[in-house]
Amino acid sequence: MQAILNSPLFIPLLLTVLIIALVPLVAGYLTLVERKVLADFQVRLGPMRVGPYGLLQPLADALKLFIKEDIIPTDADRALFWFAPMVSTLTSLTGFAVLPFTDKLYIADVNVGLLVISATSSVGILGIILGGWASNSHYSLLGALRSAAQLVSYEVALAFALLSAVMVSGTLSMQGIVKAQLAHGVWGVFANYGFMIVPFAVYLIAATAETNRAPFDLPEAESELVAGFHTEYSGFRWALYFLAEYCNMLVVCSVAVTLFWGGWLRPFPNVAWLEIPLNFAFPLIFFVGTGLACLTLVKRLIDTSQKVVLVVVALGLILTGALLTIPVVNHLMAGLFWFLLKVSAIIYVLVWFRGTFPRFRYDQLMNIGWKIAIPVGMGAVVINAVLGMVGK
Amino acid sequence: MPGGYLPILIFLVLATLFPIVAILAAKLVRPAAPFVTKLEAYECGIKAASDSRGRYTVRFYIIAILFVIFDVETIFLFPWAVRYGSLQWFGVAEVVVFLAILAVGYVWAYKKGALDWV
Repeated sequence: MQAILNSPLFIPLLLTVLIIALVPLVAGYLTLVERKVLADFQVRLGPMRVGPYGLLQPLADALKLFIKEDIIPTDADRALFWFAPMVSTLTSLTGFAVLPFTDKLYIADVNVGLLVISATSSVGILGIILGGWASNSHYSLLGALRSAAQLVSYEVALAFALLSAVMVSGTLSMQGIVKAQLAHGVWGVFANYGFMIVPFAVYLIAATAETNRAPFDLPEAESELVAGFHTEYSGFRWALYFLAEYCNMLVVCSVAVTLFWGGWLRPFPNVAWLEIPLNFAFPLIFFVGTGLACLTLVKRLIDTSQKVVLVVVALGLILTGALLTIPVVNHLMAGLFWFLLKVSAIIYVLVWFRGTFPRFRYDQLMNIGWKIAIPVGMGAVVINAVLGMVGK
Repeated sequence: MPGGYLPILIFLVLATLFPIVAILAAKLVRPAAPFVTKLEAYECGIKAASDSRGRYTVRFYIIAILFVIFDVETIFLFPWAVRYGSLQWFGVAEVVVFLAILAVGYVWAYKKGALDWV
């Protein structure tokens, strides 16, 4: 037993299993968050029926997809049709393997971590092309071509934005990037006299396009292409594409946090006296406050079983807050708390985009990618290089 | 340190198993009632007149070629970005020259209209 616990592979393996088990659940709840937030933007309620305030909706959705009929069109290439969604899921999940959740909590910290992420996300495009090609439907093929063209266009802008961040930290290891920000005492986005905000903006725009999200969700433009490359997919195979999309969203937001917003670092990481208010008081207020807010909602519910679920959720939140005040737990988990909080903030911004901006036309999309994002990203690399040297 | 990649390999294997297991497990519970029209590709209701794997616009090829050129350039820049701190102003000058050459190609493609989407 001791030998297993002390093995260097123990924590990575445990985390691997945890992540592969939990990420689909998190992705499911991400859809609920998205639907709820969008509903809020449009002054409606969103999902309300399944569970209290729609809290169990993702589980119902998952179950529905699981028991749905799986249709493979007669004209489709069966082997590729099978294979394509798996490529997408696999590559989007692999990003999690190099993400630094806290200073101790990570699966692998290789010295080319960032390259692993950009490499796997490039292979993910293959899943889309194969899926569109295998379906043998006009809509699928056009959707796949469009997605592929969009993804490769923004990949270049994304790489330029990443370059600026790598320059500031001087390493490609994801842990190393966070530790460099700790050493500098500022988050990446505030480095070089605050000019790093430009590569971050390029990154955010490119990442929105990379994850096929509004206003760049052309591949899924329902009015023109039905559902784009996954028109012919149904049931759990479709769910795999969907999962891949939301995993990608989680990964790009995590990368943004790691490179630009300090990863697992709390705000002002080098100011020692802020440890107590930021690492202990803030999470406590955050979780207990949310839990208490849930409790006040209980009396508005009519159904007893829904009341029970909501009380359990509220108690769970309060318990999480209480657990985080134990010094040992706090020492391990405060980083994770900050990491997830920042990731959630960026995800909220992406949902906000979707609620605010109308969809671009395809030529506009390509113009933004090639004529604006790439030159701006390229210029930002040069200006950051000069600013970084001047600052020394 | 090749050992550092072992967890990634394990992760890859487990992540491959997940969709396979899920699809096979779903096979046990999901219905299967196919008939001819259900298995047709999605269209307006009539079977598609032509195979979808026909010709499509050359624009996609141009984008693909441009992508290969620019992406390889950025890959060349990554090692430079890592060593940027120790190369000092020499490194900055080098990358300005490198990006200037890249910019010439970019401007040429721009003028030729390769970046325009008609």
